[in-house]
This record gives sequence, C-alpha cells and structure tokens, in this order.
Amino acid sequence: MIQREELLKDGEIFAKIPEGPLAEKWTNYKAHQKLVNPANKRKLDVIVVGTGLAGASAAASLGEMGFHVLNFCIQDSPRRAHSIAAQGGINAAKNYQNDGDSVYRLFYDTIKGGDYRAREANVYRLAEVSNSIIDQCVAQGVPFARDYGGLLDNRSFGGAQVSRTFYAKGQTGQQLLLGAYSALSRQVSKGTVSLYTRYEMLDVVIIEGRARGIIARNLVTGKIERFSAHAVVIASGGYGNTFFLSTNAMASNGSAAWQIYKKGAWFANPCYAQIHPTCIPKHGEFQSKLTLMSESLRNDGRIWVPKKKEDAEAIRAGKKKPTDIPDEDRDFYLERRYPAFGNLVPRDVASRAAKERCDAGFGVNETGLAVYLDFKYAIERLGKETVAARYGNLFQMYEKIVDDNPYETPMMIFPAIHYTMGGIWVDYELQTSIRGLFAIGEANFSDHGANRLGASALMQGLADGYFVLPYTIQNYLADQIQVPRFSTDCPEFAEAEKAINDKIERLMGIKGKRSVDSIHRELGNIMWEYVGMGRTKEGLEKAITLIADLKKVFWNDLFIPGKRNDFNVELEKALRLADFIEIGDLMARDALNREESCGGHFREEYQTEEGEALRQDDKFSYVSCWQYNGDDQEPTLLKEPLNYEFITRQTRNYKA
Amino acid sequence: MDKNINIKVKVWRQAGPKAKGAFETYELKNISQGSSFLEMLDVLNEQLVNKERKEPIAFDHDCREGICGMCSLYINGHPHGPDTAVTTCQLHMRRFNDGDLITVEPWRSHAFPVIKDLVVDRRAYDKIMQAGGFISVNTGCGVDANAIPISKQAADEAMDAASCIGCGACAAACKNGSAMLFVSAKVSQLALLPQGKIEAKRRVKAMLSKMDELGFGNCTNTGACAAECPKSVSLSNIARLNREFICAKLGD
Repeated sequence: MIQREELLKDGEIFAKIPEGPLAEKWTNYKAHQKLVNPANKRKLDVIVVGTGLAGASAAASLGEMGFHVLNFCIQDSPRRAHSIAAQGGINAAKNYQNDGDSVYRLFYDTIKGGDYRAREANVYRLAEVSNSIIDQCVAQGVPFARDYGGLLDNRSFGGAQVSRTFYAKGQTGQQLLLGAYSALSRQVSKGTVSLYTRYEMLDVVIIEGRARGIIARNLVTGKIERFSAHAVVIASGGYGNTFFLSTNAMASNGSAAWQIYKKGAWFANPCYAQIHPTCIPKHGEFQSKLTLMSESLRNDGRIWVPKKKEDAEAIRAGKKKPTDIPDEDRDFYLERRYPAFGNLVPRDVASRAAKERCDAGFGVNETGLAVYLDFKYAIERLGKETVAARYGNLFQMYEKIVDDNPYETPMMIFPAIHYTMGGIWVDYELQTSIRGLFAIGEANFSDHGANRLGASALMQGLADGYFVLPYTIQNYLADQIQVPRFSTDCPEFAEAEKAINDKIERLMGIKGKRSVDSIHRELGNIMWEYVGMGRTKEGLEKAITLIADLKKVFWNDLFIPGKRNDFNVELEKALRLADFIEIGDLMARDALNREESCGGHFREEYQTEEGEALRQDDKFSYVSCWQYNGDDQEPTLLKEPLNYEFITRQTRNYKA
Repeated sequence: MDKNINIKVKVWRQAGPKAKGAFETYELKNISQGSSFLEMLDVLNEQLVNKERKEPIAFDHDCREGICGMCSLYINGHPHGPDTAVTTCQLHMRRFNDGDLITVEPWRSHAFPVIKDLVVDRRAYDKIMQAGGFISVNTGCGVDANAIPISKQAADEAMDAASCIGCGACAAACKNGSAMLFVSAKVSQLALLPQGKIEAKRRVKAMLSKMDELGFGNCTNTGACAAECPKSVSLSNIARLNREFICAKLGD
C-alpha cells in the first residue's frame, strides 16, 4: 500500500492532530517538531507546484529559510495566478475595530460558516496565525486601505458580526499576491528559488513510497521534462472549472490534484463546491466565464426582487425598469428571511435564496435568472462619492461588461461556481496520504468545511504558505537529510514519463470531430444541472451516467490540431479536460453518498420546512476521503471522523 | 442595444519564435456585441478547429476579468484595443460595428519576443522585479501592522501605483520600447511607504539598470504608456521615479 499506514486505525482515518487544549495545540506542535539545521537546508530540494498565494508564499518562505525550491506555474509569470482576482479582502482577528473580535471568534465563525464540517484544530490554527499574515503583508508594502489617522481600515463580510476584513480597494487578492510575488522574486534573485514559468505538472513521481519529483510539460516547446526533489508541494488551486463556466481563470484546473489522487493521495469532500451569490448573470451561448462581483458589495448594496409576479414579468419583457418599482413593492428577501444577518448571510445561504426566488418566478432580466443588488439606498445614505471610493472599480467593471450604470440602475446578479472547499486530503501537517507529498491553499480540503466564508481563502492560502507549511514540512525533511540529491534517470521517472507520452499520443491520435471546448461545455451543463445548487439522488445518478457517456465521446471523438512538441493550447486543454471529466464523476459520487445538506452541498431531500439545509450529524459527521482503485474500478470511501471536542454543533441560524 | 454583427479579423500568425509571420484575414458572422473581444476570438478558434481542422490562433489570456495581466494584443493600433482603461478581456464587441475590419497584432516590442501567433515572452518584467521590486523582509519579521501609521494619502497613492498588472502595454505602446511606467509604478509604491524607503535608493538603481540591460528603451515623455495603460497608472509616477533616481545617484 502506498498510503501512510499510520493514518489508518480500525479502518478510520486519523489526522495526527496534536494533543492538548485547542489554543495550545499549534504552540505545542511547534515546540516539539523536528527542525532542519541551516547547513542541511541547503542540501534539500522542494518542488512547489503553483505560484498563487499559497504556492508563492510557501516557495518564498522556504527559500528564505535556505531550502532550494523549484517553483512551477503554467502562466508566463508567477504574478498571474488566479489568487490575483480575489477582490474583497482578507480576514484576521486583529480586533482593531474594538468590536469584540478575537481568535476564538474567528475560529468559531469559520467553523459555523463551514456548517460544522471542518476540523477544529486546523481552523483554530488558521485563526491564530491570521494576525501574523496582516503584519507580514504590511511589512512587504501591501497598500491596505487606511483611515485618516493612518491606521488600517476594515470592512465586514458575510457570516460575521464584526468588521475583520482588511482590504486594498477591490483588489485585495492582487495586492497580496504581488506581496508574495515580490518575496518570491527576492528569493529568485538570491538563487534559492528556481522559477519555471509556462510549465505544467503532469504527474508526480513516487519512489519507494515517497514523492520524489514531478513530470512536467514545457508549454512553449511541448517537451516533457523530469524534476527531482526531497519533497513535493501541490498548490495548484481548485477544480471549479469542472463546471466550464465559473469565476475561475480560464486555465485554472484540477489536474495536479487529480494526478496525485491517481497515485494514491486521498481526495476529500469533492462535492463541496461554493456557489458565489454575486456574479454577473450569463449572457449568451459563447460565454467563456462568469465574472464575480465582490461580496463586499453586500455591505452596502441591498438585494431584492419584485414582490409581485406581474412586475417581474414586466421587467423580463422589457416593459418595466427596476427603478419603476416602488420600495413597498420590492422584496428584500434576505433581510426578510434573515433579520440578524440580512444581506450579509454566508454565500451558500444567499445563493440558495436567490435560486428560490428565481425558481418561484420572481427572477429578473430576460432569462429570469437574476436578482437585483441595489446601491440606491447606500447612495442616499452615504453620498455617491463615498460609494464610488468603496466600490468604484467594481462598478466600472460591471458597466464595461453589462453596459449599465450601477449608480443609476441596480446591478443584476446571479450565483456562479466560485471555489472548491473539497480537495486533496491532508493531515494536520498538510501532508497528503503519500509520504513527502504536501497540499496547500485551495488545492487541499482542510479549513473551510462545507462552505467557505468570504475573505477566508486569502487567509488560508497565506496561512498555509507563510506560517504553517514552512514549519510542518521540516518535520518530514528532518528525516531526509541523509538522502543525497538524486538523478532523474531512475526507472520510476522513466516509467512516469512514458505513461505521459502514451497518454499524449493517444489523445493526439483520436482525430475525431469534437473540439475540447465543445465537450467541456457539455460537461459544464451536466454539472450545473445535476451537481449544482440543488442536488437529488435521481439527478446525481443521472449525472454519473451522462458523464460516463461523455467520457467515451471525449476518448473517441476528440480532435486536437497541431503537433505535440509545440506550443499547443488545444493539447493543454485536452489534458485538463480528461481530468475534469473524472473529477466531475467523483463530485457526483460524493454528493450521492452524502445524504444530508450542509453548506455548499444541498440535497433537496434534506431540508427543513423553511427550505434551510438539514444536516445529519449522526450519520455524516465525517470527511469523505476517496481512494483511487484504477480506471475501471469504483473508488473506495474512507472516513475521517469529525469529533467536536471544544464546541457544540448547532443548526446554523442567521435569523436571530 | 447590443445586436449581432458581421466582421473581418486580420490576425498576425507566426508558427514560432524564429518563423516568418504574416497576416491572415478571417470572416466572422453573427457575433453578439454583448460578447467580449476574447470570446469573439474563441468563436473564431472554434470555427478554425471544428470546421477547418486548423490550428487555432494562440493568444494569452487567463482571468478574463482585467486583473491577471495575461491578455495582451494590439487591436487596431492600440494595446488592449480602442476602449480606455480596460484590458483586452474587458473589451466588448459593442465597441465595433457591422462590417468592421479589425487588425490584431502581438505586443510590438524588442524586449517581448513572439513565441507563437499573438503570444509573447514577457519574462523581462519578472527579471526587473527580481532586480529590486521588493522590500527585504523575511516571513515572520513583520511588526504589528498598526505599529507604523501611514497617512491615508500616501497609502492611497501607493495603492494607485500598485494597481499595475504587469501586462506590458506601456512598453508595447512606447515608441522607444521603454518600460518606465512599469518600473515607476513599483518604485513609487514602495517609495511612498515608510517600509519601502529604507532601500529605496538601491531599488531604483537596480531596477533601472536591469531595464536597460534587458533592451528596453529610454523615456522621452511622450505619454503613450499612460494613455494606453489599462489601469490608468499615472505619468506622475515616472516623474517620481526620475526624482528617486537622481537622489539615489547624487548619493553615490
């Protein structure tokens, strides 16, 4: 067995969570873990795949410590990673606003927001290191928003009753990523990090049960290359593009995670995908992606649909404008249903509420799949200037896409796939079930449970990369100091490379009639219809059959023009789509198994009379960990029990 | 109101870095004006692959929401096209009319060699950053984030400079192929903040010398860079860069 047997006890998975009180676990861990001395660090190589917040911060921090890092990204520069697109902000428990925040409260909100499906110890550690992230970013020159006194400003985000979100206009992800990129650039100049841009990892190489390198394709020349190291870190982001249309970047993909799954790393909670409530609605058949409007807009914007069906119909027919509907005929349904949190309920709750109204026939725009986000009230309260200062760039972005002015007419929004909480299973040390193989950031599953709160992705990516992995990886590497650098000539590398070459030959050789995108769109439609916001047993079973059929189409009717040893975008996309199809299948299987509703996973059979998610704690209080058994075999479901030692699980309530 | 239009697109095709390139013209029918410019290229590529079984046009793009800086393209003689303050991915077809002939070229700059078709190599910008576009602080060395108050004005100005997305439009637009706007944005951001002041002199000299070494030209204050910048990075940053550079050199 390739998996680390120490993780399994009586058929259940244990995550190596340190003993002791919650608030002392991480301190105790750090006090007793093994470290690598400076002279030995120089002898050890670490591969980091990805240069987003998690990857860049990890590569930079490991480089600063003295390890030699090989850092890979598929874009032309590390600064392009999709973390750059995060708009709203990053959470931290600084309590600068004196509004009652604390590490415990951030921990509690995150656990609750995740619908009690995350690990207590991991989330507490995340909240604990959150403050150091802000300090680190400010030291790097990240220009966070400040007040006139020169101190840092905060805004509030969904799922919290305090203002703990730090921001840099509507470009917080960009500024944080550029901070990490600058730290990374410094290490490149010092020679501790070797950068490989326009390289895509296609497989991990396992030697004697340990991750020892990767096979990557040079995207410019098409050449397959081998890289060896003492440990491999996967920071390749999420798999939201399984749905074709999502807020992810065009090249964001799940292939690195999927390849390590096929080598024996467990894939955890694949069905937990986040649907973001505030995206620009779909406009046409050739649409390539969906654009997110930051959740921060819900601070000041009010969400509504018409109260009367005839008004909604008139709007859809173009006979009425939203501004024609008087206040008393507007249904501010989030404020109505959730008085305590109002427009700031967590994302899954807001998304489902929008779907409920649209399904009931109150949707606006010609498709009926949109609701309004209105700034009229904010402009009345704060003035246009203040609103422009807070959201100006987002309003401009909206106007460019939709050709409507949000200062004068309400924005139209609709939910879209945004983030995947599921991912590669990792233990407390962020090590996967394969020795020497780690996963950080969105690529792992660890901190958000069944739903991620806004402004927590940036926090988790940077926590993993700056403050967690650089410690925990040493506990592994300390045992590797006797292992000399090794050549990539060994048979394991040759075998992995051959498998990749065979796969590429096979894909190029199909010479069918279908383009990659046409098949990907079809996959997206299946996923959105049956594995999207509302899931049922019948729908999921149907999805599994449809995906199996589509897989046959893909492997029999695909057409890739051009040569394999060349810059070939269609081949890149085909390799990724081959994996998306399989990921979609596993998402459906996981959703079928989880007979409950929690966070981003909503099974229509399991809801309260009021339409709220109904968890089944007695049956499903576990992390679903899927183990690959071969292409023609069903995967095995293993379970990591979620024992809540420190807090009591409650039904999430955002009403009072 | 958006409608459907018929257009012709004249695109630079080049098989590889050393191959000889040429323009090719393609006809497109029923393009929705609501679609983005890159979605129009997607449609064209789908047509090339599916109907003509040819290689699609290679072009760089990723986030498609104007922030990653991956998309480029010279469209009708303008980097990122005829609209102002947007990237190519945010450019919409409602900027074009029925019957238009649209010319699409890669970035035209000595320091950005063509890789294939419309894709260029922009690693030179990374190299300038590696030369000094950072504050020398290791992970874990930060003091409390509120320990150093920074005036709102300085923070806001630093943010405006920091909004650069590193797309390369400034150098591509410049008749001298200068990267001054790009360099000045980073130099300004860090020089405006107390954390960055300590090594400001070293930074400005190192970044400018790397820029020269990589084959970018000099600045002659034409202002094409700022006019074409999709993020409206201001020319005043170049003035600040020059001040910083002179002060640094006077100290030598």
